[in-house]
Amino acid sequence: MSVKDYIRERFFPHIWCAGCGHGIVLNNLLRAVGGLGMSKNEIVMVSGIGCSSRISGYVDFHTLHTLHGRALAFATGVKLSKPELNVIVPMGDGDALAIGGNHFIHAARRNIAMTAIVMNNRIYGMTGGQYSPLSGPGKLATTAPYRNIDQDFDIVKLAKAAGATFVARTTTYHIQQMADILRQAILHDGFSVVEILSQCPTYFGRRNKLGNAADMMKFFKDNTTPIGSKAKKENPELTERGIFVQNDLPEYCAEYDKIIKKAGGSC
Amino acid sequence: MGSQVKFIQGNEVCVEAALYAGLDFFAGYPITPSTEIAEHLAYRLPQAGGKFIQMEDEIASMCAIIGASLTGQKVLTATSGPGFSLMQEALGYAVMAEIPCVIVNVQRGGPSTGIPTHISQGDVNQARWGTHGDHAIIALTASNHQDVFAMTVEAFNMAETYRTPVVLLFDEVVGHMREKLILPQTNEIPLVKRLKTSVDGGVDYHPYLAREDGRLPMSDFGGVHRYNVTGLYHDMWGFPSDNPKIVHGLLRHLVDKIESNADTIARYKEHYLEDAKKVLISYGASARSALHVVNTLRQKGQKYGLLELQTLWPFPHQVIRDRCNGAEHIIVVEMNLGQICREVKNAVDHPDRVFLANRVDGVFINPSDIRQTLRLIQGRGV
Repeated sequence: MSVKDYIRERFFPHIWCAGCGHGIVLNNLLRAVGGLGMSKNEIVMVSGIGCSSRISGYVDFHTLHTLHGRALAFATGVKLSKPELNVIVPMGDGDALAIGGNHFIHAARRNIAMTAIVMNNRIYGMTGGQYSPLSGPGKLATTAPYRNIDQDFDIVKLAKAAGATFVARTTTYHIQQMADILRQAILHDGFSVVEILSQCPTYFGRRNKLGNAADMMKFFKDNTTPIGSKAKKENPELTERGIFVQNDLPEYCAEYDKIIKKAGGSC
Repeated sequence: MGSQVKFIQGNEVCVEAALYAGLDFFAGYPITPSTEIAEHLAYRLPQAGGKFIQMEDEIASMCAIIGASLTGQKVLTATSGPGFSLMQEALGYAVMAEIPCVIVNVQRGGPSTGIPTHISQGDVNQARWGTHGDHAIIALTASNHQDVFAMTVEAFNMAETYRTPVVLLFDEVVGHMREKLILPQTNEIPLVKRLKTSVDGGVDYHPYLAREDGRLPMSDFGGVHRYNVTGLYHDMWGFPSDNPKIVHGLLRHLVDKIESNADTIARYKEHYLEDAKKVLISYGASARSALHVVNTLRQKGQKYGLLELQTLWPFPHQVIRDRCNGAEHIIVVEMNLGQICREVKNAVDHPDRVFLANRVDGVFINPSDIRQTLRLIQGRGV
């Protein structure tokens, strides 16, 4: 199937700026889904608020565009009430880890089978370029005119510590790896987290003098490396990408079905 | 077959009624004085094949029930004031996206953490205006266990009928008090099923295009119609729109579907109103004391009556006008600083005849508190 079979052409053009990385994520996500042979009726996409969250409007699945930071909480209701559905939750970095941080760690802890995709462009784009919990110290933003003093999260470490059973990182430059990781994340029977480094040339790039979209993607190429690579040993500053965690642990909905049996009910 | 009689707590009655109404899914967070609802449902729901989940907070609880409702389930959450504050964000979402769901608020004293284990009726206006923006809401209440059961079932029915969140505003006394409940037989109370679309798969389905009667047939997530749901103003496909005509039309629809049915939604009980010269208006646990006062005064031949409100929102203005027309005094009995009293004054022709008998110290308003106000109104001193 082609990517076009999975989009709502009626609702294009999309709202993203020229050069935004989110379109690359959309494309690869649909390629990943296309390779799985699932019916579109079996897929629910739940998103929050922000540039990234508009992705749900463009795809031809059951789509739920919710509140800022709350996508995983809505998604938990969808998934637990109908576990046979495949639930995909794309979020932005501020969406997932600032306002939605609590929901993020608890969804990970429960190990409920859904795929959380954090499209990390290190900035609040929709509101015009304020610093996010992923901007990092020293960066400039409209709310950090003297440079940011907030330390940033490491999404991979956070997800791992919170109990996610699938944790991966990739970038908008590494599109083949992205599609492959997303495919595995969707198939994973548990809570999966995929961090995708994505460029925001309009706000993060311009203010921090990181060049255009292509320059920012080249930065991803030059400053990331496969997990445990020789390059990483030689240069510990590099950011690792790949699958960090892939565990088989009891999944929440399956565990709840056991509760129903124990209580004498029938699913 | 005899009816099943139980001697149980108000919160437990709410659970029995929710299960009777066909509850499938509950998400909540523990908070006094509503916690027993979660506890009993954790035990009872899986027995019926339903799902219970304790979320990380009340925000998440409200979000989770909305997600579950979209898959076709009957859903509930339960909380008290502080948790109800946290739910306001997603409650507004449910208003905007027209998601059937029921929210119980077993009220305690506020503001803030307030007085957790004591009674108050201070959240009446929060239920009406707690979430931002113009909107309409349905809020029901009850003063005794039989009515807690009836109103809980009504809440589920109205949520489906009007595709809207419905708030059940109970209070600590009703929630924790134990008294008799006659459990209605199966099929004794009609249940409203979800109105599903008859549009076939493959045919363009418009989830937000109202029928002539204002109702919007739904399609479950996971079904043959894939559509968008959003908290933004949206067109008939559920896709975001800032077209002024669409924005205006949707807001009018959201408000009118409830406000223009205020008479149909109004639930109330009348005691001795036919010839009453003085009318008490009350609701929830306060109505128990008000009824006691009215019964006692009637025995003495004094023409008092009681109008017990069960629908608080949309406010039943017409009912108030009809029943209070010509009354010498109207005394609103409630446990707040006059939240319903203000509405009554707005509804009647002579607001100067409306008085407030209240108590706001965490102690249940008793008949002598009300009698004291009646004496003051008559100029007889304390």
